[in-house]
Amino acid sequence: MQHSNTQDTLVGLFVAAGIAGLFFLALQVSNLSTFVEEDTYTVTASFENSGGLKVKSPVSAAGVKIGQVKSISFDPKTYQSVVEMAIYSKYENLPTDTTASVFTAGLLGEQYVNLEPGGSDEYLQDGSKIEITQSAIILEKAIGQFLFKSAEEKAKK
Amino acid sequence: MENRVKQQDNLVSVRNLSFSRGEKKIFDDVSLSIERGKITAIMGPSGTGKTTLLKLIGGQLAPASGSIHVDGLNVHRLKRAELYNLRKRMGMLFQSGALLTDMSVYDNVAFPLREHTHLPESMIRTLVLMKLHAVGLRGARNLMPSELSGGMARRIALARAIALDPMMIMYDEPFTGQDPISMGALVHLIKSLNTTLGLTSIIVSHDVQETLAIADYAYLISEGRIAGQGTPEQIRQSPSEWVQQFITGAADGPVHFHYPAKDYFDDLVSTGRRY
Amino acid sequence: MIKFLNFLGRTTTTGFTKLGRGSYFLLDTLAGIGSMALRPRLVVNQIYFVGVLSFLIIVISGLFVGMVLGLQGYYILSDFGAEETLGLMVAASLVRELGPVVTALLFAGRAGSALTAEIGLMKATEQLSGMEMMAIDPIKRIITPRFLAGFIAMPLLAALFSAVGIVGGQLVGTGLLGVDDGAYWSQMQANIDFEDDIVNGVIKSLVFGFVTTWIALFEGYDTVPTSEGVSRATTRTVVNSAFSILGLDFILTALMFGDD
Ligand SMILES: Nc1ncnc2c1ncn2[C@@H]1O[C@H](COP(=O)(O)OP(=O)(O)O)[C@@H](O)[C@H]1O
Ligand SMILES: [Mg+2]
Repeated sequence: MQHSNTQDTLVGLFVAAGIAGLFFLALQVSNLSTFVEEDTYTVTASFENSGGLKVKSPVSAAGVKIGQVKSISFDPKTYQSVVEMAIYSKYENLPTDTTASVFTAGLLGEQYVNLEPGGSDEYLQDGSKIEITQSAIILEKAIGQFLFKSAEEKAKK
Repeated sequence: MENRVKQQDNLVSVRNLSFSRGEKKIFDDVSLSIERGKITAIMGPSGTGKTTLLKLIGGQLAPASGSIHVDGLNVHRLKRAELYNLRKRMGMLFQSGALLTDMSVYDNVAFPLREHTHLPESMIRTLVLMKLHAVGLRGARNLMPSELSGGMARRIALARAIALDPMMIMYDEPFTGQDPISMGALVHLIKSLNTTLGLTSIIVSHDVQETLAIADYAYLISEGRIAGQGTPEQIRQSPSEWVQQFITGAADGPVHFHYPAKDYFDDLVSTGRRY
Repeated sequence: MIKFLNFLGRTTTTGFTKLGRGSYFLLDTLAGIGSMALRPRLVVNQIYFVGVLSFLIIVISGLFVGMVLGLQGYYILSDFGAEETLGLMVAASLVRELGPVVTALLFAGRAGSALTAEIGLMKATEQLSGMEMMAIDPIKRIITPRFLAGFIAMPLLAALFSAVGIVGGQLVGTGLLGVDDGAYWSQMQANIDFEDDIVNGVIKSLVFGFVTTWIALFEGYDTVPTSEGVSRATTRTVVNSAFSILGLDFILTALMFGDD
């Protein structure tokens, strides 16, 4: 068969373009770039209720992502939700009295852990536990409380 | 199992062959022999199973019973690799030519050489040009199959069939649909290839005169059986009515002009419904 | 009624017979893969026919699908004040579903039908039979390279489709409708998971490539060797491929994204 060079070149270009597409999806679209390269250390926090938090939900401080949820389990002794978080090693100076809260991004957005640094001189280390936590706000509960309160107030008047 | 000595001068021997397509019996206990180095014709009306016979010999179809030996080997007992080795020594010229439409004439003839040998390209070129020269179409090497006339396509296919220097060639209807000049060229070509290359040829055809002109021996097949056989002379002088009708092409005879139907008058006056 | 049951029984039986023949055909095709290592050129030539020639239709379709997703997504999301997540929505729909599925459907129409017609015509003109008589196995020589080419080309085409679509969504979303460019990409990156989304999408398109090419080649190889037979086989390729793609997509989606 006569081998056509242009045909070979086009096949080469096509395969290169396809592979470039795959790389684009892996590096530009997905989280691959964010989690392969980073070293992390683990801290835990217990919540009364971790709401809709999931593995891989973001952990952020002051609106910046500094890590992600590694695991969520139920502690049968305290009846609490134990959340393990992987924090990027470059954010190593979080004070021990940091507050962890479960927040929701926007009204219907996903839930994430927000860390609010305290004032201590000692820093969290691998395996540390965050003591001060605030549970997720469960929408139904909040609405229920609000209605209950306003009914109570009305009754007082 | 079979005695090899017995078949020595027969390149192909078909013994008690039966084969059916669904309900239809195509061959019913047919035996015939193809002598080495000769041109043997197999003739019969369209649809009698001439192509089927060639495919049986080539091992593309398997018989219901009976055996086919080619060069002493039982075609349908061979392992796949052995069958492929045997096929390298048999050429077949298909009715349509069966050229590969996506490559040029040159590449078509080179195809079996490239697939089966590790010859350098310069040697392949020499061989291809020789084979093309043998069929008189060396000048057509750069054409594509779609640019060829029917006669040219068949000659190219013939060049491809002899590319691996086979011991035999099977021609399926080589003359059908050819103008008189290409027909003459093909008749001449088949005859001269047979003598110069020492081939054994099997011609399947219903073109009686051209075939009988070059055949050494002929079989006539009809309705799954051999209806006549012999040298061309013997065939021409056969007392059988059926043979005479076939070779002279009379419209009516033992084979009727009309396909079986109910009475003509009844048919005309009936309502035309399908029952 | 009895007639109908009879008909149903016969159709089912022929269906299974065909599946059986198709499976043998597939085994023969796969058995030839080893020999392709010695003759990569055969596969490269076929990638040209199934891949390069499908490139344009895939890229253009991907661009438009992405742009439509950008528009529709914006209208829906902005009702909830969540237009920041437009990038996520566009990328998730493309990478998980539309990329593999639409590419496979287009591939079946563009390359699959061409493969069926090509093989069917080769059969009708006795080219396959002729090869067999030349002691060349048509499955190894003709079918296997085309099969491999389809299997390789499909994920590449699907990746192109998704990538171009994401850029199309960005053009509309951030260029026309004023979504923040940083948010478009960061929401996407934060939520599209490499393994769960990208790898699963690629697995889907590998499965679709396998099945679509298999159907196309088998329909061609199994063609009734007449011009009517070839045209019917071509239609069957497109219809059967579409059903298989959509059915398999449901099953794969349930398996992959079922438990989160
Ligand atoms: N693939 C096939 N399937 C079913 N029947 C076939 C097939 N090929 C040929 N036949 C039937 O077998 C008979 C013999 O065909 P063939 O060998 O082509 O005849 P010939 O070459 O003598 O004209 C015909 O009646 C034909 O209809
Ligand atoms: Mg015939």
